[in-house]
Amino acid sequence: MTRRRSRFAGADFGLRVLTMNSLKPMRFIGAILFTAIPCTAILGLTFVAGFTATVSAQDEPLVGPKPHVVVKPMESHIGNITGHAADAKSDYRRYCAGCHGEYGDANGENAVWLDPKPRDFTTATFKCRSTLTGTLPTDQDLFNSIGRGFANSNMPIWNVFTKQQRANLVAYIKIFSPRWEHEKAGEPIKIPAEPPVTIESISHGQALFAKLECWKCHGTHGEGDGPSASTLTDSKDNPIRPYNFASGGKDARFKCGSTNEDIYKIFMTGVDGTPMPSFADVIQPNEAWDLVHFLRTLQVNRHGKENEVLMAAHGVIPPYVDRTPAPAAAPPDNKTPGGGQ
Amino acid sequence: MRMWAQSHLCQKPQRITSVLAAALALTCVILGASQSASALPAFARKYGLRCSACHESWPMLNYFGQKFKDNGYQLMNDRDAPIWQNPGYWPVTFRITPIWHRVSTNKVQVDGSAGPGGNEAKITSSGFDLSGLDFHTGGTLEKNFSFYVLPSSDATASFHFETVMARLDNISGSPWFNVKLGKFELDNLLSEKRILTLTANGGIYQLYHFIPLNDHNIFGQMGDNQLGLEVMGHSYSDRTRYSISLLSSNDGQVGLPYGSESYSTFITGSQAFDAGKLGVDRLGFYVMAGVAPTSWLTNMGAPIGGSGTQNKGYSREGFVGQFYFGHRVDLTVVTQHGEDSAWFGQGYGDFVDYTTALCPNANPTGPCNNVAGTTLPAGSRSPTWNGVLLEPHYVVSPQMILLARYETIRMSQQSTPGTASNLGNITTYTFGYRYNPFMTSRAGFAYHGEYNWFHQDGTSPVTATNLTSSELLFGIDFDF
Repeated sequence: MTRRRSRFAGADFGLRVLTMNSLKPMRFIGAILFTAIPCTAILGLTFVAGFTATVSAQDEPLVGPKPHVVVKPMESHIGNITGHAADAKSDYRRYCAGCHGEYGDANGENAVWLDPKPRDFTTATFKCRSTLTGTLPTDQDLFNSIGRGFANSNMPIWNVFTKQQRANLVAYIKIFSPRWEHEKAGEPIKIPAEPPVTIESISHGQALFAKLECWKCHGTHGEGDGPSASTLTDSKDNPIRPYNFASGGKDARFKCGSTNEDIYKIFMTGVDGTPMPSFADVIQPNEAWDLVHFLRTLQVNRHGKENEVLMAAHGVIPPYVDRTPAPAAAPPDNKTPGGGQ
Repeated sequence: MRMWAQSHLCQKPQRITSVLAAALALTCVILGASQSASALPAFARKYGLRCSACHESWPMLNYFGQKFKDNGYQLMNDRDAPIWQNPGYWPVTFRITPIWHRVSTNKVQVDGSAGPGGNEAKITSSGFDLSGLDFHTGGTLEKNFSFYVLPSSDATASFHFETVMARLDNISGSPWFNVKLGKFELDNLLSEKRILTLTANGGIYQLYHFIPLNDHNIFGQMGDNQLGLEVMGHSYSDRTRYSISLLSSNDGQVGLPYGSESYSTFITGSQAFDAGKLGVDRLGFYVMAGVAPTSWLTNMGAPIGGSGTQNKGYSREGFVGQFYFGHRVDLTVVTQHGEDSAWFGQGYGDFVDYTTALCPNANPTGPCNNVAGTTLPAGSRSPTWNGVLLEPHYVVSPQMILLARYETIRMSQQSTPGTASNLGNITTYTFGYRYNPFMTSRAGFAYHGEYNWFHQDGTSPVTATNLTSSELLFGIDFDF
């Protein structure tokens, strides 16, 4: 029966008492041995430490000392919390640098093994934003991204941090790109209230899915297997796969969130740094909601209102019929320019 | 008395040597390694995260690591199932620690002028040594199905199963419902299996193992892994946690060696708070209560395993606090109030453990078997005690941590009236450091230095006077 789970039990002399007689000679030479043994141990440790440092240094791909990371006095503002870059240095090194790199250049020691690759903060290009394509995200966007994590990637859900820690990390991210010094974050897009889910809105969404050629990448069933899927690369020429709507379970999430509003934002702002463009200039807000409703039906394992509506229609999406009234004929112009009484 | 004086004088230069050794080793270690800033490396390899992401200093978990464990070793990013890993990936890690240590105990039973075993002597020994070897393997079998298997050996390579458990995670899609079956560590917020210290007395939490002198309760040990079923749950962010375990009262031993109907339960709950710039602080409680047998059928005088009856009760309860004071300083506090049945206090209980050396030999002071008609000595009472553990850390950097611990346990009621009120009291403190010369997601490596001092009142083997031991340890703790 093992009552104690210590990894070392050397102090249990009671069990070793018979062998301890062998210690008696040590009393005569103890002074010498007792000095020699610890010194040997320490020298050994020193040797090992030095050897380790040497070997490690040989493994380093760069010659010479690495430049020191200069922590600029960047700030972030999340509600009434102000994040300070200087306060995040330790957390960044502990939690983030292994992938994103000490210099924020996506060159951490694990980056080579990751797919998708970690974000390169030096370009200040971010996937998940509430702002238009090409603009910087808001502090809140970055704050949300850290707390949410990125589904289907190695980016964890860092919601264990305090809000202050997350705000500090948002500020720290900014030190890596000069864009944050010269540009302001974009304006968040306006999202109109979501209309009711109907079979007509799903049908219209399906028509838009075809019209906008979403299927070319995402596939006709949204399984990420469109004809262009295998050719896609991100802005750093790394292969990238389009989202497979059908792959997730009941709790399927998108990279940039899990709500309908999040999906709306994804295709209205685009996913910068990837081939996923912004459709803000192509479709109207009400059309965008129809597309959201259709995309939800592609998540076949998800229990949501969209799939309920589809089930009620026996799983068949009717062809979209454009019932938008034709533009009325111009009223007779009884007035002549400049005319009047 | 003269002997003590001589011994004390002889000890002085040794102490000086020890202090110098500690200082020199620390200096050597810090100066000798100069890498950038890295537990279960199997998990780190799977997810590409540095050890520091999950460990304050490995093997001790930080908040994120605790959440990862509570999620069933999952990041919950839909990439946790093995199907997402390279088919060649097998989550195995071994850990072993070569060391040099110096151990000293002030009163060990020895032969001498008072006859065989009639004397006490101070024994001090030092030398190079090894820890046991742990083979950790764990992770997910599929999304929301996880496991952990830990064959562990002592320093002579004699193996046993320290942990074997399977877990169903996020049942019905809820993090509030997870079920674990097997042999596992109790859900102690301050995990002994992830303790940062390595010496014999400093390498365990005394509070988790304390049993009063001459008390023979089989169970009541929070630090040992136990056989049972655990239901645990937590909020999405792990701020709120609870766990309820039903355990066999057999101290984790397989084969139903004790009573047929003796069970215990361990219940914990805790709530974390966002303390702004201080960090995330947590307050919690634990209760361990149950029954264990005191009476055994015998065959030729030897107890028969599994025949235990006459269950008697025991309990351990206390509060736990984990307080952070910014990035560098944190303090963990654990309190305990413990109580055993008077039957345990009088030496009944663990009888089977003495199968090879019948109880009267192994425990000359106890009657051992609570057979029909047995009565307790007049005035026998339930032994009770109180204890507290304080463990502060100073995180110099993600690569280096300075640690200390103070534990004290005070008897508040002895089982036998008239017994010295302080008999069995424990005081111990530990200081140490761990330095990781590199920090990656592939392996763990730490230069470790530690000093522990342990004191217990009235427990020396012959004269029943105070027992003191100390240990100085330097080593290299690594896993891969």
